[in-house]
Amino acid sequence: MIAFLFLAIVLYFLLGGADFGAGIIELFTSEKNRPDTRKTMYEAIGPIWEANHMWLIIAVVILFVGFPFIYGQMCTWLHIPLLIMLLGIMARGTAFAFRSYDAVKGERTQRLYNHIFVYSSFITPLFLGIIAGSAISRQIDLHATTFLSGYVFSWLNYFSVAVGLFTVALSGYLAAIYLIGDAENENDVKRFIKKARQMTIVAVIFGGLVFVAAGFEGIQLARFIFGNPVSILAVIVAAISLILQWALIGRGKKKIIRVTAALQVTMILLAVGYMHFPYFVMVKTGENLSLLSLHAPAKTISDLGWALCIGSLLILPSLFYLYSSFSKGDHRF
Amino acid sequence: MNDFLAARSQMAISLGFHIIYSCIGMVMPFFMAVSHYKWIKTGDLVYKNITRAWSKGVAIFFATGAVSGTILSFELGLLWPKFMEQAGPIFGMPFSLEGVAFFIEAIALGFFLYGWDKFNKWFHWFTCLVIGVSGIVSGILVVSANSWMNNPSGFNFLNGHYLNVDPIKAMFNGSWFSEALHMSLAAFSATGFAVAGVHALMIAKRKNVVFHTKAFKIAIVFGAIAAILQPFSGDISAKNVYKTQPAKLGAMEAYYHTQAHAPLVIGGLPDTAAKKVNYGIEIPGLLSFLVHDNFSEPVNGLDKIPRQNQPPVMVTHIAFELMIAIGSAMMFLGLMYFFAIWKKRSWLSKKWFLNLFILATPFGFIAVEAGWTVTEVGRQPWIIYGIMRTSNAVTPMPGIHYTFYLFTAVYFTLTIAAIFLLSRQIKMVPLLYDTKQ
Repeated sequence: MIAFLFLAIVLYFLLGGADFGAGIIELFTSEKNRPDTRKTMYEAIGPIWEANHMWLIIAVVILFVGFPFIYGQMCTWLHIPLLIMLLGIMARGTAFAFRSYDAVKGERTQRLYNHIFVYSSFITPLFLGIIAGSAISRQIDLHATTFLSGYVFSWLNYFSVAVGLFTVALSGYLAAIYLIGDAENENDVKRFIKKARQMTIVAVIFGGLVFVAAGFEGIQLARFIFGNPVSILAVIVAAISLILQWALIGRGKKKIIRVTAALQVTMILLAVGYMHFPYFVMVKTGENLSLLSLHAPAKTISDLGWALCIGSLLILPSLFYLYSSFSKGDHRF
Repeated sequence: MNDFLAARSQMAISLGFHIIYSCIGMVMPFFMAVSHYKWIKTGDLVYKNITRAWSKGVAIFFATGAVSGTILSFELGLLWPKFMEQAGPIFGMPFSLEGVAFFIEAIALGFFLYGWDKFNKWFHWFTCLVIGVSGIVSGILVVSANSWMNNPSGFNFLNGHYLNVDPIKAMFNGSWFSEALHMSLAAFSATGFAVAGVHALMIAKRKNVVFHTKAFKIAIVFGAIAAILQPFSGDISAKNVYKTQPAKLGAMEAYYHTQAHAPLVIGGLPDTAAKKVNYGIEIPGLLSFLVHDNFSEPVNGLDKIPRQNQPPVMVTHIAFELMIAIGSAMMFLGLMYFFAIWKKRSWLSKKWFLNLFILATPFGFIAVEAGWTVTEVGRQPWIIYGIMRTSNAVTPMPGIHYTFYLFTAVYFTLTIAAIFLLSRQIKMVPLLYDTKQ
């Protein structure tokens, strides 16, 4: 069950993240190149974007069915960032659908949809990261007595915001790497490679910032990560794939770079997830919320497990077929 | 506005809009599947164009339905964290299966929308059918979760603890079938009449008459059949509500005093303080008949329920009457349509006949909202009937009225945008589909 939860979160970061990233890339693309970027992006994510965001629903459902107390507490103390993330998801999803299904492609309305789409693509992963950061920041106070200490400082702190920015950078980075493979012509490929390089640098900088912010908040992130072998291994694998990535990116090995990019993000999540296991939410007063002790009754967990297994048998093959049907053939590169 | 009322209003607004988006998103794929089938069988391009035009509407409503559904899955926790902490493991099973069904729907939608002329046409048709079937399955599952709140089962409740939790039993509680049947038929009749109404308007305006006549026919056949079947499902529901939630039935019928030969009140304004209904028409014995199938057996009224456990009678009764009135009108229109096909084909192109259906465009959705109000307001003051009070489930976070205003604004904007896009799609029909392809 915990494996499913982790899987759903990782897949949401990889696929949903890349999806957000596409909007972020658009945001940071010069006005001149935007139409091209938009076209590539639309063709790449059009058929699959709805499916990418289902992973979030799966993760939420696992959380509230399997670990209801943790879900309830997160929803209470992180109400505000969750709300902003939801508004972001809403604005983004509808703007993307509306800009392709508006029968009249008017210039002003299209510009409006574009604006909503790119800014919400930035806001949503930012707050997603803030929520993830807050879960491990030890700033959530289960006994808070004032509005500020309970509902605001739980997420508005250097560490959470740094994780939020790091998530944005990672999303942009993933998207740039994926888009290299979907680009239509040499020119676009070059542009996306350049973007991917920039995003790599930005992601590394923000990654460092996370550690700095952790220092500010008194979170011993470094000691945690390097304190157990699995996390160290994960970090090493991530570092190696980063180097490989940098070396291979210009050589048109798009399959390998996609894999290494996905591997990096997975390893970062693994390192963080493993070092905190079995805790899912770390709180101020130390009664951390553990996945092992705060789960639903056994019958619920086993029924949910069966439901997810059967569901995966239905979902995964068709999802795979969807991706393979709509990904561009290798001959283009 | 206090936080509790704000939280309830925010939930009501969110569900009230989501219910419309999702009904359209789950029923229209069936219309598409029929017209797509006709295109493959007859080769008539008009049917292909109808399918394409409808699929754009579905895409718009699927997107709004998907985001509003995502928001709801969080709102359950954001607004009712204590309810979710306790109820999540018991009634969450249909939600996890719904996640799966919805996922499949999203995959099938990807294939269908972007797969024109790309796949074998029967495979393409099949993906359209999958969208519809998984949509209906999602709907049934979500309604099953709601029916558990009305008729909680699958656990023993002892000293505030939930023991022997069985999520499968909770899912198949005693009310899931009647509620799911009623909601599914409601979705078909509401969407059928709404879509048919829009096409009737276009026929009346003499625009693309061939296109709109064919589209009208497919939509109204679905809508009319569902509207004609709905009273039977309503009867099953009412009997079940009396058995499981007598307080809700009492409020629906504004029925205060337990008596034999129980009368049915039609219309009227309930006065709870005086325990009587003003200006209503009473039909003696009819309520006994509806509940027990005979005209004399006593029916328990609101006097059997302690005052603090009674739902608001005024709102529940008026919403119920509205639903019945509109449902009857739709059933009548449905019968009229079939009569016209059978005996009076000339009616089909008459202005007055089209006007009736144009007038009925919003009927189904008004009835859906009214029926939803009956089931939700009629359950109050409970969030889990007889177990947990709604006021004990609400989030401790202050300032919920701000988020209520925010969400109200967001949903209105979203709906206006969706209507604006649809009207643009409809206006573009001549341009997009008139040229010889």
